[in-house]
Amino acid sequence: MAGILVIAEANEGGIAPISQELLGAARQLADAGAGPVTAFIAGTEAQAKELVAYGADSAIAATNGALASGTTDAYLPAVEAAIAQSGADIVLLGQTSLGRDLGPALAFKNKTAVAMDCVELHVEGGRLHAVRSAYGGNARAKVSFRAPLQIVTVKAKSFDALPADAGRSGAVSAIDAAGESRVKVLGTSKPESTGIKLEEAPVVVSGGRGLGDPSAFAMLEQLASLLKGATGASRAACDLGWYPPSQQVGLTGKTVSPGLYIAVAISGASQHMAGMAGSKNIVAINKDADANMVKVSKFAIVDDYKKIIPALIEEIKKLA
Amino acid sequence: MNIIVCVKQIPDPETPSASFRVDEAAKKVIPAQGIAPVVNPYDPQATEAALRLKDAAGGGKITVISLGPETARDAIKHALAMGADEGVLITDPALDGIDNFQTAVALAKAIEKVGEFDLILMGRASADWDMGVVPTGVSQILGVPVVTLAKAIEANGATLKVDRVLDDGFQQVEVNTPAVISISNEFGEPRYPQLRQIMLAAKKTVQVWSAADLGLGADETGSANRWLPLEALYVPKVESNVEIIEGDTPEEKARNLALKLRAAKLI
Repeated sequence: MAGILVIAEANEGGIAPISQELLGAARQLADAGAGPVTAFIAGTEAQAKELVAYGADSAIAATNGALASGTTDAYLPAVEAAIAQSGADIVLLGQTSLGRDLGPALAFKNKTAVAMDCVELHVEGGRLHAVRSAYGGNARAKVSFRAPLQIVTVKAKSFDALPADAGRSGAVSAIDAAGESRVKVLGTSKPESTGIKLEEAPVVVSGGRGLGDPSAFAMLEQLASLLKGATGASRAACDLGWYPPSQQVGLTGKTVSPGLYIAVAISGASQHMAGMAGSKNIVAINKDADANMVKVSKFAIVDDYKKIIPALIEEIKKLA
Repeated sequence: MNIIVCVKQIPDPETPSASFRVDEAAKKVIPAQGIAPVVNPYDPQATEAALRLKDAAGGGKITVISLGPETARDAIKHALAMGADEGVLITDPALDGIDNFQTAVALAKAIEKVGEFDLILMGRASADWDMGVVPTGVSQILGVPVVTLAKAIEANGATLKVDRVLDDGFQQVEVNTPAVISISNEFGEPRYPQLRQIMLAAKKTVQVWSAADLGLGADETGSANRWLPLEALYVPKVESNVEIIEGDTPEEKARNLALKLRAAKLI
């Protein structure tokens, strides 16, 4: 196989964690016979050198300032020059704002496919096979590529990064290509923070249609506030008007990944799971022992939440 | 302003996981019994965006396109009931099992057949495959710019100001029509069709086009010609490590859970 091109990104803290993970994934593929690893970054040769330390055999700095806009139009000629220079037949991108746009654009421009948000990569019969989640996590799909060029974006935290090794050596070169963007970036902003945001809360307590009664959310809010967390709701509960849509967790709502997610009377349909499956620890309180949410939990109580939640609030107060 | 909205019908994401089944040999999802397919939850937001832009422009036409089985007509009807003007259903057994890339090719051909457009709007992704590649694909094929994950769009003649969602914040961009824009779920609540509109929608035209009507060749259709061949489709084994917290009374269960959470340093 002809080699791997990793499209890396940097943030304020240096090489982005996802890009370090991509280099870890690329090394695994290289060990399986996928060829040498070339890394690409829009930035300086010093940054490119860092990519060698994280596992690349060689690195290319795309130095044209136009790439700072992050638009696909600006990036495409530089990435295509890097593909030509490296001879790679595999391109790895992160499932990031950049990768979500650049992956498909690169694919369609080169009449090949891109597999998005992949969690596993394998070399089989001299070709890349990628595994990704589908149907809100209910299914896994293993895909391959019809055309020679194989492009994937990789989900964060799916691969381990290698520790940086400044002693690793590899050639560093520069590319000046850039495209003229038809999309003009006027500015960027960070989200305003007021109170504990659902997406950033260390603890989230959510309720679903199984609550049977909108007033039950007062109980959940009390528990959430005791744990310095935020309160969420399933789409079904929001659609019934029981809780504000801004607090909806799920496919069409917010995506959360708190340290502790307490799901109260939520069955765990893929609509909801898509928004909270990244939670580090899940606790389910549900009457149905067979509910999907119970299965994916660390701890579960199979009982009526109306009795459990007030008792839990009292017990947690005692521990404080 | 003439706008084309692409919508898709998918299995209901509210389907309980226990009812979700896959035919591993056919590499297909087995439709859950008694649960009707629904409009992809992201798509009504694209229709909503189209309606607001048409209103702001003081006129124009909104054409809704859907590719899928005959039942996908319901997804078109939903958009028509929200206020879109016309529908196009692309349906053909030859399109069964095609991937997102073949879909983008077919939609691009359908859009060219519809004719003049200022804007093509789509939901951010379809919630079944969740690839999110079709908006960019259609833009590449048609040679027009794309802006993904829009949460607000302001049109000033042929110039659009778009607020879009990034991983760590927001971005404002400017783009000229014609363009493709995908709409993020941050865009805001889509309107609910009112009874009168549902009745009006029944009178609106839905054209039906086949693969041949779009000029799609035999090498562009069918699952055998996927750009991204499906090697396997399966239900991952959920490694359930759940510890059911027991107790004689609800109070005891709650106490045992609180102690477990404390021991695990989670509270």
